[in-house]
Parts: sequence; structure tokens; C-alpha cells
Amino acid sequence: MSGGSGTRNTNTEPWGSFDDHLIQGSGAAVIDMENMDDTSGSSFEDMGEMHQRMKEEEEVTAEAAATDDDTHDDGEFLGMKGLKGQLGRQVADEVWQAGKRQASRAFNLYANIDILRPYFDVEPVQVRSRLIESLIPVRMINFPQKIAGELYGPLMLVFTLVAILLHGMKTSDTVIREGTLMGTAIGTCFGYWLGVSSFIYFLAYLVNAQITMLQMLSLLGYGLFGHCVVLLITYNIHFHFLFYVLWLLIGGLSTLRMVAALLSRTVGQTPRLLLCGTLSLLHMLFLLYLHFNYHKIVEGLLDSLDGPHMAPMQRVARDVAELTLNASVRSLGVTLRAQ
Amino acid sequence: PDWFHWTRTSFTEASRPFAGLSDVSISEDIPVEGDISVPVGSSRRDEEFSTLDEPVKETILRDLRAVGNKFIHVLYPKRSSALLRDWDLWGPLLLCVTLALLLQGGAADNDDQGGPQFAEVFVIVWFGSIIITLNSKLLGGTISFFQSLCVLGYCIMPLTVAMIVCRLVLLGSSGTVSFAVRLIVVTASFGWSTFASTAFLADSQPPNRKALVVYPVFLFYFVIGWMVLTFSPSQ
Repeated sequence: MSGGSGTRNTNTEPWGSFDDHLIQGSGAAVIDMENMDDTSGSSFEDMGEMHQRMKEEEEVTAEAAATDDDTHDDGEFLGMKGLKGQLGRQVADEVWQAGKRQASRAFNLYANIDILRPYFDVEPVQVRSRLIESLIPVRMINFPQKIAGELYGPLMLVFTLVAILLHGMKTSDTVIREGTLMGTAIGTCFGYWLGVSSFIYFLAYLVNAQITMLQMLSLLGYGLFGHCVVLLITYNIHFHFLFYVLWLLIGGLSTLRMVAALLSRTVGQTPRLLLCGTLSLLHMLFLLYLHFNYHKIVEGLLDSLDGPHMAPMQRVARDVAELTLNASVRSLGVTLRAQ
Repeated sequence: PDWFHWTRTSFTEASRPFAGLSDVSISEDIPVEGDISVPVGSSRRDEEFSTLDEPVKETILRDLRAVGNKFIHVLYPKRSSALLRDWDLWGPLLLCVTLALLLQGGAADNDDQGGPQFAEVFVIVWFGSIIITLNSKLLGGTISFFQSLCVLGYCIMPLTVAMIVCRLVLLGSSGTVSFAVRLIVVTASFGWSTFASTAFLADSQPPNRKALVVYPVFLFYFVIGWMVLTFSPSQ
């Protein structure tokens, strides 16, 4: 990476880039074959990256020089300090420098993407099967169940849930400022996903369950698939009985699946009860909350934000006892009521 | 082919890049061909294309022509790389502002709260495209950040057109017929937007993951299309 880093390939065709390298003339015409498959056409970013890499190299060289000096100085005292301390210090130095380099690289956007990339390494077939599996609880609690550590599916499900929530707020004739709707939807979904994942992870850490944060995020994220399905259906067909059936059936299945996975990774009665009870309670209540209680919360928030002098929001009750249908199918509802 | 892998490994040893070049052996059955151009006079390109002493009008017109050219590319999405090669964000900005202004003044706004609607459109468009771009990067796409932003921004155009049509329809009447017309127009333009952006973006993705990249694009245009469809002017 050091010699050829000055030049970077920006062409699609494998051998079309020779002239670029020759023009730039950074000492030698060295081809960086690692970047051969990069088709990005903007030289802008490439320049930035080049600059960044050159700077990193400089830092590394400077550090290496500093270490050399240090070791040289210490070499004179070798007899006094002993070999052991010397070695320990050197190793600690190296580890610290490697860590520092890693940290400084983490600030770079592209390097950040590279860090995250393994979590997005999925095929469409895998995502589909995981979505289906998220609704199928597995009755195997003696042996730790496999939980895929992946973030593509959960992230997309959260965004889908945001879109569904927005849709639900609009069809429910809620007259609130749009920006607030949008922000609330995003805040609710991401807040639930990240917040509950970290909370359950914290609990799992306390009771010594074998689960990582990544697995927890993935598990809970795929658990939102049931929520998406239920809300998509019930935001369009406002029918209490249907919602309760779906809530128990689909929401329950997705909760059971998560509970089974957690059970298989926890040991002992009390920890299992604590962990799974908390998770299932939160997960099922969240669905109820999204369906019913959303408006009041939003109104309360707005009131507290805007002060008491604000006029009360004009709104229409969405969930009335009788069969009420969406605007798109309202004509059907009228005929039903007439009969 | 084998020789390519061989060169790849040898060239990455960057400390002595041409160390192994002396014993390159190319097998007999692979013909070696291609042309190597010597780039002596290529700095001339910069000199003949000077914009320093041309009238401002020409500069602006040239940029506008470039933007219009890209609009045509979106309207007729054949798999060309013109939209990708020289990206700009003028078109997306123009479209985004137009859409936001047209969505302004709906029934959802109160008299004194016109701002958030405008801001919402802006936030959805820009953050949405940034998220899609990051997603495609994470899935291993080889397109650059701004190229993707450019494509996604330009592909809002069918939906902006649909918004204009919707406002015209709403001027006339607001019954079931008008809703049906708007539904058809918005659905068509939504499909158009998704198709056009996919045509441009799909080539840069690994072939087995196109569905994963298309899904957020679909969601993005769906939300915008939904906003256009549910728009109703204040009385």
C-alpha cells in the first residue's frame, strides 16, 4: 500500500489507466492493483483519500522513527532494567500505536464503511428466509440457537416501520405539523430498536446470557417484521377484533421466536424469567402502543413543547367501536352499514 | 485468467513493485493485445477548454443545458452512464425545491406553520438519498457517493411532474374521479422513478444483491409518492 498509494485507479477498463498514472508522475508508475475494481468516476474523493492515506503514512513513519529512538535510548540501560521490562514496554508501545492508528482511521468515512461492511454481507435469499423465520418460534432451548449477526434486515425493517407509521398518522386524519410527525416516527422506531436492544443486552449481561449486542440488534430488528405486518394491515382496516387477533397471532409469534432464542442462550430459571418476561412485555406493549396510544402521546409532547397557550389540536378519533374503514375503501363501509 | 491474478499479487507488493516483472511468463494460448497510448499531449485538453473569458450567460446556459440533458436521460432511462459520469446536484436541488414548494400550502399546514412541510420534504429527500447511498456502499456497490445522490435526486422528476398534475387536477374538482386520476398518475410516476433509478444504479451493484439495493429505493420513492398523493390544498 505504501509505494503505489500515490496513484489511484479511476477507470473501469483494466488497462485503460496507464496514462493517468503517467500523468500524475508520482515518482514511479506503480499500479495499485487492489483498487482495480473501483469504478468511481469522481477524482474529487480519490484525491481526498489519497491525501488522507499520505498523511497516515507520514504519521506512521514518524511514529516508527520515534519508537526507534526510544528503543535506542533504552538499549543503553538494558543491563539495569532487564530484558523483561524492556520487552513489555515495547509490546505495550506497539499495541498502543496500533490502537491509535485504528482509532484515527475510524474517523475516516470510508474506513468506517469498511468496518460496517461485514454486517451487511447478505444475499436476498438469506434476508427472505430470515424474515420468514422471524415468525417461526423454534422449540429448542437446550442448545444455543443460532442468531445471525446482520444489520441490513433490521435497518430496512425499521425504515419500513417508519414509513408505515407515517402512513398510519396520515390516514388517521391527525392534523399535526408534518415535521413533527416525521421526527416522531423516526424517533419512536429507532428509539425502540436501539433502546430496547441495549436494555435487554444489559440485562443479558447481568444474568450472564450468551448473546452479543450485534445479535441482540439483529434479533430485535427481525422481530419488528411482525409489527410491520400487523400495523400495515390494521392501519388500513380499522377493526378491533382483527387487530387483537393479529396482535396475539403475529406479534405473539415473533415475540415467541425471540424468547425461544433468548431462552436457549440463558441458564437458570430466574434469569430466563427476567430476561424473557421483560422482552416479551416490551415487545407486545410496543405494538399496542403504536396502534392505539400514539396520538395522545404526540399531542402531549407538542403541548409540553409549545406551551399551554397553544390551541388544542383538531383531530378525529380513529378507533371507534364500530367498523370504520379507510378513505380508499370507505364506500364499501357505507354499503355495509346500509344493509 | 491466471496471468491477471499473478500480476495482482505481485503488484501489491508495493515495496518493490517491479521485482517479479523479469520472469513474467505469458502462456502461448492467450494472445496479448490492446493499445497503449502515450499521454504526452493530454494536458492540452485543459487549455482549450477555458471558461475564464466567456460571457456569464454562456456559462449558465451550458450548465442549464447539462441539467436539461440529464432530465431527458431520466425521462428515457436507457442504461447510459451520462448521468453518472459528470454528476451535479443542481438538478436535484431544483427538483427538491419545486416539489417542496408545490407541497406547500396544503390542508395539513396551519396558517402560521408553513415551514415544517417544506423542511420535511427537504429532509426526506436528502436524508433518504444519503441513507440509500450508504446502504448501497455497505452492500458493496462501486458507485461514488455523489453519483448516487445525483441519480436519486434526478429520478424524483417523475414525481415532481405528478405533483404538478395533481395540483392541476385538484384545481378542477376533488371528488372520487380526481382521486382516481391522481392515484393513477402517482402510481405511474412512482414506478417510473423506481425503474429509472434502478436502471442507473443497478449496474454498479453486485448482481446477486440488486434486490437488497432496490428495496430502500422503492421505499424512498413510495414515501414521496404517498406524500404527493395525500396532498390536499387548504380551502
